Amino acid sequence: MMSKKTSYEELMARKGEIIKKSVGIDYSQFESGSIAFDFEGMLQSTGYSLDTIRSIQRETGVGNTPIYELRNLTKLARKYAPAGKGARIFIKDEAANPSGSFKARRAATSVYHAKKHGYPGVIAATSGNYGAAVASQAAMRGMDCIVVQECYDSHRIGQPEIIEKARKCEAYGAEVMQLSVGPELFFTFLKLLEDTGFFNASLYTTFGVTGIETIGLEIAEQMRELTGDVPTAVVITNAGGGNLTGTARGLRTAGAESSRIIAASVNLEGLNMASDTQFNRKSFTTGHTGFGIPFTTFPDRSDVPRSAARPLRYMDRYVTVNQGEVFYMTEALARTEGLERGPAGNTSLAAAFAIAQEMDRDETIIVQETEYTGAGKHVQPQLAFARDNGIEIRFGDPRDEKPGTSIILPEDPSFIRARDLEMNDLRRSYIRYSVEFARQMHGGDKGAARLRFDANDMTFLAEETRYTREQVEKAIGDLGLR
Amino acid sequence: MMQDSHKQETEPREARKGDWVQIHRVILPPEERADRVPEDTRKVPLEMWMNGFLVPEKAAIGDEVEIRTTIGRSERGVLLRVNPGYEHSFGKTVPELLQIGTQLRSLLREAE
Repeated sequence: MMSKKTSYEELMARKGEIIKKSVGIDYSQFESGSIAFDFEGMLQSTGYSLDTIRSIQRETGVGNTPIYELRNLTKLARKYAPAGKGARIFIKDEAANPSGSFKARRAATSVYHAKKHGYPGVIAATSGNYGAAVASQAAMRGMDCIVVQECYDSHRIGQPEIIEKARKCEAYGAEVMQLSVGPELFFTFLKLLEDTGFFNASLYTTFGVTGIETIGLEIAEQMRELTGDVPTAVVITNAGGGNLTGTARGLRTAGAESSRIIAASVNLEGLNMASDTQFNRKSFTTGHTGFGIPFTTFPDRSDVPRSAARPLRYMDRYVTVNQGEVFYMTEALARTEGLERGPAGNTSLAAAFAIAQEMDRDETIIVQETEYTGAGKHVQPQLAFARDNGIEIRFGDPRDEKPGTSIILPEDPSFIRARDLEMNDLRRSYIRYSVEFARQMHGGDKGAARLRFDANDMTFLAEETRYTREQVEKAIGDLGLR
Repeated sequence: MMQDSHKQETEPREARKGDWVQIHRVILPPEERADRVPEDTRKVPLEMWMNGFLVPEKAAIGDEVEIRTTIGRSERGVLLRVNPGYEHSFGKTVPELLQIGTQLRSLLREAE
Protein backbone atom coordinates (compact mmCIF):
# COMPACT_ATOMS: atom_id res chain seq x y z
CA MET A 1 0.00 0.00 0.00
CA MET A 2 1.18 3.50 -0.78
CA SER A 3 1.99 5.64 2.22
CA LYS A 4 0.39 9.04 2.65
CA LYS A 5 3.81 10.62 2.29
CA THR A 6 3.92 9.24 -1.24
CA SER A 7 0.45 10.54 -2.00
CA TYR A 8 1.53 13.95 -0.66
CA GLU A 9 4.57 13.95 -2.91
CA GLU A 10 2.57 12.61 -5.84
CA LEU A 11 -0.01 15.33 -5.50
CA MET A 12 2.66 18.00 -5.22
CA ALA A 13 4.23 16.62 -8.40
CA ARG A 14 0.92 17.18 -10.23
CA LYS A 15 0.80 20.77 -8.94
CA GLY A 16 1.50 22.41 -12.29
CA GLU A 17 -1.21 20.51 -14.10
CA ILE A 18 -3.82 21.04 -11.33
CA ILE A 19 -3.13 24.79 -11.14
CA LYS A 20 -3.26 25.17 -14.93
CA LYS A 21 -6.69 23.52 -15.06
CA SER A 22 -7.99 25.41 -12.03
CA VAL A 23 -7.15 28.89 -13.35
CA GLY A 24 -7.42 28.16 -17.06
CA ILE A 25 -4.13 29.92 -17.79
CA ASP A 26 -1.17 28.25 -19.48
CA TYR A 27 1.71 30.12 -17.89
CA SER A 28 4.34 28.52 -20.12
CA GLN A 29 3.29 30.81 -23.00
CA PHE A 30 4.68 33.81 -21.09
CA GLU A 31 8.05 32.26 -20.24
CA SER A 32 11.20 33.31 -22.07
CA GLY A 33 13.14 30.25 -20.95
CA SER A 34 15.40 32.22 -18.65
CA ILE A 35 14.68 34.93 -16.05
CA ALA A 36 12.32 37.17 -17.98
CA PHE A 37 8.66 36.50 -18.56
CA ASP A 38 6.03 38.52 -20.35
CA PHE A 39 4.30 40.30 -17.46
CA GLU A 40 2.20 42.69 -19.52
CA GLY A 41 1.31 39.88 -21.91
CA MET A 42 0.09 37.82 -18.97
CA LEU A 43 -2.04 40.70 -17.68
CA GLN A 44 -3.58 41.30 -21.11
CA SER A 45 -4.16 37.62 -21.85
CA THR A 46 -7.39 37.22 -19.91
CA GLY A 47 -9.09 39.69 -22.22
CA TYR A 48 -10.76 41.94 -19.63
CA SER A 49 -10.22 45.64 -20.21
CA LEU A 50 -10.41 48.04 -17.28
CA ASP A 51 -13.80 49.24 -18.57
CA THR A 52 -15.07 45.66 -18.60
CA ILE A 53 -13.78 45.04 -15.09
CA ARG A 54 -15.53 48.19 -13.93
CA SER A 55 -18.84 47.05 -15.36
CA ILE A 56 -18.42 43.53 -13.90
CA GLN A 57 -17.83 45.15 -10.51
CA ARG A 58 -20.86 47.44 -10.91
CA GLU A 59 -23.07 44.38 -11.52
CA THR A 60 -22.35 43.16 -8.00
CA GLY A 61 -22.17 46.53 -6.24
CA VAL A 62 -18.38 46.58 -5.93
CA GLY A 63 -16.40 49.83 -5.94
CA ASN A 64 -17.40 53.50 -6.04
CA THR A 65 -16.58 53.75 -2.35
CA PRO A 66 -16.43 57.19 -0.73
CA ILE A 67 -13.30 59.16 0.17
CA TYR A 68 -13.33 61.08 3.44
CA GLU A 69 -10.97 63.83 4.50
CA LEU A 70 -9.64 63.09 8.00
CA ARG A 71 -9.67 66.66 9.27
CA ASN A 72 -9.08 65.91 12.93
CA LEU A 73 -6.21 63.53 12.29
CA THR A 74 -4.71 66.09 9.91
CA LYS A 75 -4.99 68.73 12.64
CA LEU A 76 -3.32 66.36 15.08
CA ALA A 77 -0.51 65.50 12.65
CA ARG A 78 0.15 69.23 12.11
CA LYS A 79 0.49 69.68 15.86
CA TYR A 80 3.61 67.48 15.71
CA ALA A 81 4.88 68.51 12.28
CA PRO A 82 7.55 71.18 11.65
CA ALA A 83 6.25 74.62 10.56
CA GLY A 84 4.64 74.51 7.11
CA LYS A 85 4.42 70.73 7.18
CA GLY A 86 1.47 68.37 7.61
CA ALA A 87 -0.28 67.16 4.47
CA ARG A 88 -4.05 66.75 4.31
CA ILE A 89 -4.95 63.12 5.11
CA PHE A 90 -7.72 61.31 3.22
CA ILE A 91 -9.08 57.78 3.44
CA LYS A 92 -10.85 55.61 0.89
CA ASP A 93 -13.61 53.77 2.71
CA GLU A 94 -13.29 50.35 1.13
CA ALA A 95 -15.31 48.87 4.00
CA ALA A 96 -18.30 50.10 1.98
CA ASN A 97 -17.83 47.24 -0.50
CA PRO A 98 -20.39 44.38 -0.30
CA SER A 99 -18.18 42.05 1.78
CA GLY A 100 -16.64 44.85 3.84
CA SER A 101 -13.23 45.26 2.22
CA PHE A 102 -11.41 46.07 -1.03
CA LYS A 103 -11.02 42.33 -1.55
CA ALA A 104 -14.45 42.36 -3.24
CA ARG A 105 -12.68 44.00 -6.19
CA ARG A 106 -10.22 41.11 -6.41
CA ALA A 107 -12.94 38.48 -6.15
CA ALA A 108 -15.36 40.05 -8.66
CA THR A 109 -13.58 39.19 -11.91
CA SER A 110 -12.51 35.72 -10.72
CA VAL A 111 -16.04 34.69 -9.84
CA TYR A 112 -17.45 36.26 -13.02
CA HIS A 113 -14.84 34.45 -15.10
CA ALA A 114 -15.38 31.11 -13.31
CA LYS A 115 -19.11 31.30 -13.97
CA LYS A 116 -18.68 32.32 -17.61
CA HIS A 117 -16.32 29.43 -18.25
CA GLY A 118 -18.59 26.85 -16.67
CA TYR A 119 -16.58 26.00 -13.57
CA PRO A 120 -18.87 24.31 -11.01
CA GLY A 121 -17.61 26.53 -8.17
CA VAL A 122 -14.78 28.62 -6.77
CA ILE A 123 -12.16 27.96 -4.10
CA ALA A 124 -9.97 30.39 -2.21
CA ALA A 125 -7.24 29.62 0.31
CA THR A 126 -7.34 32.55 2.73
CA SER A 127 -7.83 33.33 6.40
CA GLY A 128 -8.62 36.95 5.66
CA ASN A 129 -11.15 39.29 4.07
CA TYR A 130 -10.60 37.69 0.68
CA GLY A 131 -12.55 34.57 1.69
CA ALA A 132 -15.57 36.67 2.59
CA ALA A 133 -15.20 38.55 -0.69
CA VAL A 134 -15.16 35.40 -2.82
CA ALA A 135 -18.05 33.93 -0.81
CA SER A 136 -20.08 37.12 -1.23
CA GLN A 137 -19.44 37.35 -4.98
CA ALA A 138 -20.22 33.62 -5.36
CA ALA A 139 -23.50 34.10 -3.49
CA MET A 140 -24.45 36.94 -5.87
CA ARG A 141 -23.68 34.85 -8.93
CA GLY A 142 -25.23 31.65 -7.55
CA MET A 143 -21.98 29.68 -7.45
CA ASP A 144 -20.68 27.16 -4.94
CA CYS A 145 -17.73 28.34 -2.87
CA ILE A 146 -15.14 26.72 -0.61
CA VAL A 147 -12.81 28.73 1.62
CA VAL A 148 -9.77 27.02 3.15
CA GLN A 149 -8.44 28.76 6.26
CA GLU A 150 -5.37 28.40 8.43
CA CYS A 151 -7.17 29.02 11.70
CA TYR A 152 -6.03 27.19 14.82
CA ASP A 153 -2.87 26.24 16.64
CA SER A 154 -2.41 22.66 17.93
CA HIS A 155 -4.38 23.52 21.09
CA ARG A 156 -7.28 24.53 18.88
CA ILE A 157 -6.95 28.14 19.85
CA GLY A 158 -7.88 30.37 16.95
CA GLN A 159 -7.25 34.04 16.24
CA PRO A 160 -10.56 35.84 16.90
CA GLU A 161 -10.13 37.70 13.63
CA ILE A 162 -9.93 34.47 11.61
CA ILE A 163 -12.88 32.89 13.41
CA GLU A 164 -14.95 35.94 12.55
CA LYS A 165 -13.93 35.49 8.91
CA ALA A 166 -15.10 31.85 9.01
CA ARG A 167 -18.46 33.04 10.33
CA LYS A 168 -18.73 35.62 7.58
CA CYS A 169 -17.91 33.08 4.84
CA GLU A 170 -20.55 30.71 6.22
CA ALA A 171 -23.01 33.60 6.36
CA TYR A 172 -22.60 33.93 2.57
CA GLY A 173 -23.19 30.18 2.14
CA ALA A 174 -19.60 29.09 1.62
CA GLU A 175 -18.18 25.83 2.87
CA VAL A 176 -15.32 26.60 5.24
CA MET A 177 -12.49 24.16 5.81
CA GLN A 178 -10.47 25.16 8.86
CA LEU A 179 -6.93 23.86 9.28
CA SER A 180 -4.26 24.01 11.92
CA VAL A 181 -1.01 25.90 11.29
CA GLY A 182 1.26 24.85 8.47
CA PRO A 183 2.18 25.45 4.84
CA GLU A 184 0.74 22.04 3.88
CA LEU A 185 -2.53 23.93 3.59
CA PHE A 186 -1.46 24.10 -0.03
CA PHE A 187 -1.59 20.27 -0.26
CA THR A 188 -5.17 20.24 1.05
CA PHE A 189 -6.04 23.07 -1.31
CA LEU A 190 -4.62 21.24 -4.35
CA LYS A 191 -6.53 18.09 -3.39
CA LEU A 192 -9.78 20.08 -3.20
CA LEU A 193 -9.09 21.69 -6.57
CA GLU A 194 -8.48 18.26 -8.11
CA ASP A 195 -11.49 16.60 -6.47
CA THR A 196 -14.00 19.36 -7.23
CA GLY A 197 -12.80 20.87 -10.52
CA PHE A 198 -13.58 24.29 -9.02
CA PHE A 199 -11.95 27.51 -10.18
CA ASN A 200 -8.93 28.62 -8.15
CA ALA A 201 -9.78 32.19 -7.15
CA SER A 202 -6.12 32.87 -6.42
CA LEU A 203 -5.14 36.33 -5.21
CA TYR A 204 -2.18 36.19 -7.57
CA THR A 205 -3.74 35.60 -10.98
CA THR A 206 -4.40 38.43 -13.40
CA PHE A 207 -8.07 38.38 -12.27
CA GLY A 208 -7.05 38.86 -8.65
CA VAL A 209 -4.81 41.82 -9.38
CA THR A 210 -6.38 43.76 -12.25
CA GLY A 211 -9.63 44.00 -10.24
CA ILE A 212 -7.86 46.41 -7.89
CA GLU A 213 -6.92 48.79 -10.71
CA THR A 214 -10.37 50.33 -10.29
CA ILE A 215 -9.31 51.67 -6.85
CA GLY A 216 -6.48 53.58 -8.48
CA LEU A 217 -8.83 55.01 -11.09
CA GLU A 218 -11.39 56.04 -8.50
CA ILE A 219 -8.76 57.64 -6.25
CA ALA A 220 -7.49 59.78 -9.13
CA GLU A 221 -11.01 60.79 -10.20
CA GLN A 222 -12.34 61.49 -6.71
CA MET A 223 -9.26 63.36 -5.51
CA ARG A 224 -9.33 65.58 -8.61
CA GLU A 225 -12.89 66.42 -7.69
CA LEU A 226 -12.19 66.94 -3.98
CA THR A 227 -8.86 68.76 -4.16
CA GLY A 228 -8.35 69.69 -7.78
CA ASP A 229 -5.46 67.29 -8.23
CA VAL A 230 -4.35 63.69 -7.87
CA PRO A 231 -2.95 62.80 -4.43
CA THR A 232 0.68 63.61 -3.70
CA ALA A 233 1.12 60.23 -1.99
CA VAL A 234 -0.88 57.01 -1.68
CA VAL A 235 -0.21 54.68 1.25
CA ILE A 236 -1.04 51.04 0.67
CA THR A 237 -1.01 48.21 3.20
CA ASN A 238 1.26 45.56 1.72
CA ALA A 239 1.16 41.79 2.17
CA GLY A 240 1.03 39.69 -1.02
CA GLY A 241 1.61 42.77 -3.17
CA GLY A 242 -1.61 42.65 -5.22
CA ASN A 243 -3.17 45.63 -3.51
CA LEU A 244 -0.17 47.80 -4.29
CA THR A 245 0.31 46.50 -7.84
CA GLY A 246 -3.34 47.00 -8.83
CA THR A 247 -3.73 50.40 -7.19
CA ALA A 248 -0.52 51.76 -8.72
CA ARG A 249 -1.48 50.51 -12.19
CA GLY A 250 -4.92 52.08 -11.90
CA LEU A 251 -3.39 55.40 -10.85
CA ARG A 252 -1.06 55.32 -13.86
CA THR A 253 -3.93 54.58 -16.21
CA ALA A 254 -5.75 57.57 -14.73
CA GLY A 255 -2.74 59.80 -15.41
CA ALA A 256 -1.67 60.03 -11.76
CA GLU A 257 1.98 59.20 -12.51
CA SER A 258 3.09 61.85 -10.02
CA SER A 259 1.43 60.15 -7.03
CA ARG A 260 4.07 58.56 -4.82
CA ILE A 261 3.36 54.91 -4.01
CA ILE A 262 4.18 54.04 -0.41
CA ALA A 263 3.88 50.49 0.92
CA ALA A 264 3.23 49.94 4.62
CA SER A 265 3.37 46.70 6.64
CA VAL A 266 3.09 45.87 10.31
CA ASN A 267 6.45 44.91 11.70
CA LEU A 268 6.41 41.25 12.83
CA GLU A 269 10.15 40.75 12.65
CA GLY A 270 11.33 37.58 14.35
CA LEU A 271 8.05 35.65 14.15
CA ASN A 272 7.89 32.55 11.95
CA MET A 273 4.58 32.44 10.09
CA ALA A 274 4.58 28.62 9.88
CA SER A 275 5.29 28.11 13.59
CA ASP A 276 2.58 26.44 15.67
CA THR A 277 3.72 28.05 18.92
CA GLN A 278 4.12 31.55 17.42
CA PHE A 279 0.84 31.52 15.46
CA ASN A 280 -1.18 33.14 18.23
CA ARG A 281 1.56 35.47 19.43
CA LYS A 282 0.92 37.93 16.62
CA SER A 283 -2.06 40.25 16.49
CA PHE A 284 -2.13 40.75 12.74
CA THR A 285 -2.96 37.94 10.36
CA THR A 286 -2.10 39.93 7.26
CA GLY A 287 -0.63 43.26 6.15
CA HIS A 288 2.52 42.33 8.02
CA THR A 289 6.19 42.00 7.13
CA GLY A 290 5.96 38.19 7.37
CA PHE A 291 4.14 38.29 4.03
CA GLY A 292 5.07 41.73 2.77
CA ILE A 293 8.83 41.33 2.56
CA PRO A 294 8.95 37.76 1.14
CA PHE A 295 6.31 38.55 -1.48
CA THR A 296 8.02 41.80 -2.47
CA THR A 297 11.41 40.18 -2.91
CA PHE A 298 10.10 36.94 -4.46
CA PRO A 299 6.53 37.31 -5.80
CA ASP A 300 6.60 33.93 -7.55
CA ARG A 301 6.40 32.13 -4.21
CA SER A 302 2.61 32.43 -4.66
CA ASP A 303 0.14 29.65 -5.55
CA VAL A 304 0.40 30.26 -9.32
CA PRO A 305 3.56 29.86 -11.44
CA ARG A 306 3.88 33.59 -12.11
CA SER A 307 2.31 36.10 -9.77
CA ALA A 308 0.49 39.09 -11.23
CA ALA A 309 1.27 40.92 -7.97
CA ARG A 310 4.71 42.49 -8.43
CA PRO A 311 4.90 45.39 -5.96
CA LEU A 312 8.56 46.28 -6.42
CA ARG A 313 7.73 47.46 -9.96
CA TYR A 314 5.63 50.29 -8.53
CA MET A 315 6.87 50.99 -5.02
CA ASP A 316 8.60 54.33 -4.30
CA ARG A 317 9.03 53.62 -0.62
CA TYR A 318 8.32 50.84 1.88
CA VAL A 319 7.75 51.60 5.57
CA THR A 320 6.85 49.53 8.61
CA VAL A 321 4.78 50.44 11.64
CA ASN A 322 4.38 48.52 14.88
CA GLN A 323 1.30 46.67 16.11
CA GLY A 324 0.76 49.12 18.97
CA GLU A 325 0.78 52.07 16.55
CA VAL A 326 -1.88 50.49 14.32
CA PHE A 327 -4.11 49.67 17.29
CA TYR A 328 -3.70 53.22 18.60
CA MET A 329 -4.61 54.69 15.20
CA THR A 330 -7.62 52.36 14.94
CA GLU A 331 -8.89 53.80 18.20
CA ALA A 332 -8.00 57.31 17.01
CA LEU A 333 -9.98 56.84 13.78
CA ALA A 334 -13.06 55.90 15.80
CA ARG A 335 -12.67 58.57 18.47
CA THR A 336 -11.67 61.58 16.36
CA GLU A 337 -13.19 60.82 12.97
CA GLY A 338 -16.20 58.73 13.97
CA LEU A 339 -15.11 55.85 11.74
CA GLU A 340 -14.97 52.45 13.43
CA ARG A 341 -13.02 50.23 11.06
CA GLY A 342 -11.01 47.00 11.31
CA PRO A 343 -7.47 47.17 12.69
CA ALA A 344 -5.47 45.48 9.88
CA GLY A 345 -6.62 47.93 7.22
CA ASN A 346 -5.39 50.79 9.39
CA THR A 347 -1.74 49.81 8.93
CA SER A 348 -1.48 52.35 6.13
CA LEU A 349 -3.31 54.92 8.26
CA ALA A 350 -0.67 54.72 10.99
CA ALA A 351 2.03 55.15 8.34
CA ALA A 352 0.17 58.04 6.67
CA PHE A 353 -0.17 59.88 9.98
CA ALA A 354 3.61 59.87 10.37
CA ILE A 355 4.45 60.55 6.71
CA ALA A 356 1.98 63.47 6.48
CA GLN A 357 4.22 65.28 8.98
CA GLU A 358 7.14 65.17 6.51
CA MET A 359 5.02 66.60 3.69
CA ASP A 360 4.00 70.18 2.90
CA ARG A 361 0.64 71.47 4.10
CA ASP A 362 -0.71 71.91 0.59
CA GLU A 363 0.08 68.31 -0.30
CA THR A 364 -2.30 65.39 0.10
CA ILE A 365 -1.84 61.82 1.30
CA ILE A 366 -4.48 59.14 0.95
CA VAL A 367 -4.93 55.94 2.93
CA GLN A 368 -6.11 53.61 0.23
CA GLU A 369 -8.39 51.25 2.18
CA THR A 370 -10.46 50.53 5.24
CA GLU A 371 -12.08 47.24 6.23
CA TYR A 372 -15.16 46.27 8.22
CA THR A 373 -14.94 45.62 11.92
CA GLY A 374 -17.02 43.41 14.21
CA ALA A 375 -16.90 40.72 16.89
CA GLY A 376 -13.46 39.11 16.93
CA LYS A 377 -12.14 41.46 14.28
CA HIS A 378 -11.72 44.60 16.30
CA VAL A 379 -9.05 46.34 18.33
CA GLN A 380 -10.70 45.30 21.61
CA PRO A 381 -10.93 41.46 21.20
CA GLN A 382 -7.61 41.34 19.34
CA LEU A 383 -5.77 43.09 22.16
CA ALA A 384 -7.67 41.08 24.80
CA PHE A 385 -6.63 37.90 22.98
CA ALA A 386 -3.01 39.04 22.91
CA ARG A 387 -3.10 39.77 26.65
CA ASP A 388 -4.63 36.32 27.31
CA ASN A 389 -1.73 34.84 25.36
CA GLY A 390 0.77 36.51 27.66
CA ILE A 391 1.68 39.44 25.41
CA GLU A 392 2.60 42.51 27.43
CA ILE A 393 0.45 45.52 26.50
CA ARG A 394 1.39 48.97 27.74
CA PHE A 395 1.93 52.59 26.76
CA GLY A 396 5.45 53.61 25.89
CA ASP A 397 7.73 54.04 22.92
CA PRO A 398 6.60 51.68 20.12
CA ARG A 399 10.28 51.31 19.16
CA ASP A 400 10.58 49.05 22.21
CA GLU A 401 7.87 46.70 20.94
CA LYS A 402 9.06 43.13 20.43
CA PRO A 403 6.69 41.15 18.15
CA GLY A 404 5.42 38.06 19.97
CA THR A 405 6.36 39.48 23.38
CA SER A 406 4.93 42.98 23.65
CA ILE A 407 2.60 45.48 22.06
CA ILE A 408 3.56 49.05 22.90
CA LEU A 409 0.84 51.64 22.40
CA PRO A 410 2.38 55.07 21.69
CA GLU A 411 2.41 57.30 24.74
CA ASP A 412 1.02 60.05 22.55
CA PRO A 413 0.71 60.57 18.78
CA SER A 414 4.24 62.02 18.55
CA PHE A 415 5.58 58.48 19.11
CA ILE A 416 4.02 57.18 15.87
CA ARG A 417 6.75 56.63 13.28
CA ALA A 418 7.01 55.16 9.82
CA ARG A 419 10.31 53.27 9.60
CA ASP A 420 11.81 52.99 6.13
CA LEU A 421 12.98 49.69 4.75
CA GLU A 422 16.09 50.01 2.61
CA MET A 423 14.81 49.81 -0.98
CA ASN A 424 18.20 48.76 -2.34
CA ASP A 425 18.25 45.74 -0.02
CA LEU A 426 14.79 44.73 -1.25
CA ARG A 427 15.81 45.19 -4.89
CA ARG A 428 18.97 43.18 -4.48
CA SER A 429 17.09 40.40 -2.66
CA TYR A 430 14.64 40.39 -5.53
CA ILE A 431 17.45 39.99 -8.08
CA ARG A 432 19.05 37.17 -6.08
CA TYR A 433 15.75 35.24 -5.75
CA SER A 434 14.94 35.75 -9.44
CA VAL A 435 18.25 34.33 -10.57
CA GLU A 436 18.01 31.41 -8.13
CA PHE A 437 14.43 30.69 -9.20
CA ALA A 438 15.41 30.64 -12.87
CA ARG A 439 18.29 28.30 -12.09
CA GLN A 440 15.97 25.96 -10.22
CA MET A 441 13.63 25.90 -13.18
CA HIS A 442 16.63 24.90 -15.27
CA GLY A 443 17.45 21.98 -13.01
CA GLY A 444 19.38 23.25 -9.99
CA ASP A 445 23.17 23.34 -10.01
CA LYS A 446 23.40 21.99 -13.52
CA GLY A 447 20.97 24.71 -14.57
CA ALA A 448 23.25 27.34 -13.12
CA ALA A 449 25.78 26.48 -15.79
CA ARG A 450 23.18 26.48 -18.54
CA LEU A 451 21.42 29.68 -17.55
CA ARG A 452 22.71 32.66 -19.49
CA PHE A 453 21.36 36.13 -18.89
CA ASP A 454 20.55 37.96 -22.06
CA ALA A 455 19.57 41.57 -22.76
CA ASN A 456 15.91 40.65 -22.37
CA ASP A 457 16.57 39.41 -18.81
CA MET A 458 18.43 42.59 -17.92
CA THR A 459 15.55 44.74 -19.14
CA PHE A 460 13.11 42.56 -17.21
CA LEU A 461 15.08 42.82 -13.96
CA ALA A 462 15.38 46.58 -14.44
CA GLU A 463 11.60 46.86 -14.86
CA GLU A 464 10.94 44.62 -11.89
CA THR A 465 13.22 46.59 -9.56
CA ARG A 466 13.06 50.09 -11.10
CA TYR A 467 16.84 49.95 -11.40
CA THR A 468 18.74 51.07 -14.47
CA ARG A 469 20.36 48.31 -16.54
CA GLU A 470 23.72 49.40 -15.10
CA GLN A 471 22.43 49.05 -11.53
CA VAL A 472 21.14 45.56 -12.35
CA GLU A 473 24.51 44.58 -13.81
CA LYS A 474 26.29 45.91 -10.75
CA ALA A 475 23.93 44.10 -8.34
CA ILE A 476 24.43 40.81 -10.21
CA GLY A 477 28.16 41.26 -10.01
CA ASP A 478 28.17 42.28 -6.33
CA LEU A 479 25.94 39.34 -5.40
CA GLY A 480 28.24 36.90 -7.22
CA LEU A 481 25.44 35.67 -9.46
CA ARG A 482 27.35 35.58 -12.73
CA MET B 1 -29.75 34.34 33.79
CA MET B 2 -27.19 34.35 31.00
CA GLN B 3 -27.61 31.56 28.55
CA ASP B 4 -24.97 30.51 26.12
CA SER B 5 -26.28 27.74 23.91
CA HIS B 6 -23.07 27.80 21.88
CA LYS B 7 -20.86 26.44 24.61
CA GLN B 8 -19.70 22.92 23.98
CA GLU B 9 -20.67 21.63 27.46
CA THR B 10 -24.32 22.39 26.88
CA GLU B 11 -24.42 20.94 23.39
CA PRO B 12 -26.09 17.58 22.75
CA ARG B 13 -23.89 14.48 22.86
CA GLU B 14 -25.81 12.79 20.06
CA ALA B 15 -26.93 13.86 16.62
CA ARG B 16 -29.51 12.67 14.10
CA LYS B 17 -29.47 12.62 10.33
CA GLY B 18 -29.61 16.16 8.97
CA ASP B 19 -28.33 17.83 12.15
CA TRP B 20 -25.71 20.59 11.71
CA VAL B 21 -22.51 19.15 13.13
CA GLN B 22 -18.76 19.67 13.21
CA ILE B 23 -16.21 17.00 12.39
CA HIS B 24 -12.49 16.76 12.97
CA ARG B 25 -9.87 14.86 11.01
CA VAL B 26 -6.10 14.55 11.04
CA ILE B 27 -4.86 15.31 7.55
CA LEU B 28 -1.17 14.66 8.14
CA PRO B 29 0.23 12.98 11.28
CA PRO B 30 3.46 14.54 12.60
CA GLU B 31 5.72 12.02 10.83
CA GLU B 32 4.18 12.83 7.44
CA ARG B 33 4.48 16.62 7.60
CA ALA B 34 6.44 18.48 4.97
CA ASP B 35 10.20 18.71 5.47
CA ARG B 36 10.39 22.49 5.48
CA VAL B 37 7.92 22.98 8.35
CA PRO B 38 9.41 24.53 11.54
CA GLU B 39 10.32 22.06 14.27
CA ASP B 40 7.48 22.93 16.67
CA THR B 41 4.89 22.54 13.92
CA ARG B 42 6.37 19.22 12.80
CA LYS B 43 5.74 17.78 16.28
CA VAL B 44 1.97 18.15 15.85
CA PRO B 45 -0.46 16.86 13.21
CA LEU B 46 -2.08 18.95 10.48
CA GLU B 47 -5.72 18.95 11.56
CA MET B 48 -9.00 19.89 9.90
CA TRP B 49 -12.39 21.02 11.19
CA MET B 50 -15.51 21.32 9.12
CA ASN B 51 -19.24 21.88 9.52
CA GLY B 52 -22.02 20.07 7.66
CA PHE B 53 -25.22 18.04 7.89
CA LEU B 54 -24.95 14.57 9.42
CA VAL B 55 -25.47 11.74 6.91
CA PRO B 56 -26.04 8.62 9.11
CA GLU B 57 -29.37 8.15 10.96
CA LYS B 58 -27.72 8.60 14.35
CA ALA B 59 -24.26 9.24 15.77
CA ALA B 60 -22.60 10.10 19.07
CA ILE B 61 -19.72 12.48 19.77
CA GLY B 62 -16.50 10.63 18.91
CA ASP B 63 -18.02 8.48 16.15
CA GLU B 64 -16.46 8.47 12.71
CA VAL B 65 -19.16 9.97 10.46
CA GLU B 66 -19.94 11.33 7.01
CA ILE B 67 -21.32 14.85 6.54
CA ARG B 68 -22.71 16.83 3.61
CA THR B 69 -21.41 20.38 3.52
CA THR B 70 -23.54 23.43 2.68
CA ILE B 71 -22.61 22.98 -0.98
CA GLY B 72 -23.41 19.25 -0.91
CA ARG B 73 -19.91 17.78 -0.77
CA SER B 74 -19.18 14.73 1.30
CA GLU B 75 -16.50 14.77 4.02
CA ARG B 76 -15.58 12.28 6.73
CA GLY B 77 -14.25 12.77 10.23
CA VAL B 78 -14.87 12.28 13.93
CA LEU B 79 -18.04 13.90 15.24
CA LEU B 80 -16.96 16.74 17.51
CA ARG B 81 -19.91 19.08 18.06
CA VAL B 82 -23.65 19.25 17.43
CA ASN B 83 -25.07 22.62 16.38
CA PRO B 84 -21.64 24.25 16.47
CA GLY B 85 -21.83 27.99 16.90
CA TYR B 86 -19.44 30.90 17.16
CA GLU B 87 -18.19 32.15 20.50
CA HIS B 88 -16.01 35.06 19.36
CA SER B 89 -16.97 38.38 20.85
CA PHE B 90 -15.66 41.86 21.57
CA GLY B 91 -13.53 40.39 24.33
CA LYS B 92 -12.58 41.52 27.80
CA THR B 93 -12.10 45.27 28.21
CA VAL B 94 -8.60 46.50 27.55
CA PRO B 95 -8.51 49.56 29.83
CA GLU B 96 -5.60 51.17 27.98
CA LEU B 97 -7.82 51.65 24.93
CA LEU B 98 -10.20 53.83 26.95
CA GLN B 99 -7.43 56.34 27.64
CA ILE B 100 -6.63 56.94 23.97
CA GLY B 101 -9.84 58.77 23.10
CA THR B 102 -9.63 61.05 26.11
CA GLN B 103 -6.02 61.92 25.33
CA LEU B 104 -6.81 62.67 21.69
CA ARG B 105 -9.75 64.89 22.62
CA SER B 106 -7.61 67.06 24.84
CA LEU B 107 -4.80 67.18 22.28
CA LEU B 108 -7.28 68.33 19.65
CA ARG B 109 -8.65 71.01 21.95
CA GLU B 110 -5.11 72.31 22.43
CA ALA B 111 -4.66 72.38 18.65
CA GLU B 112 -7.78 74.57 18.13
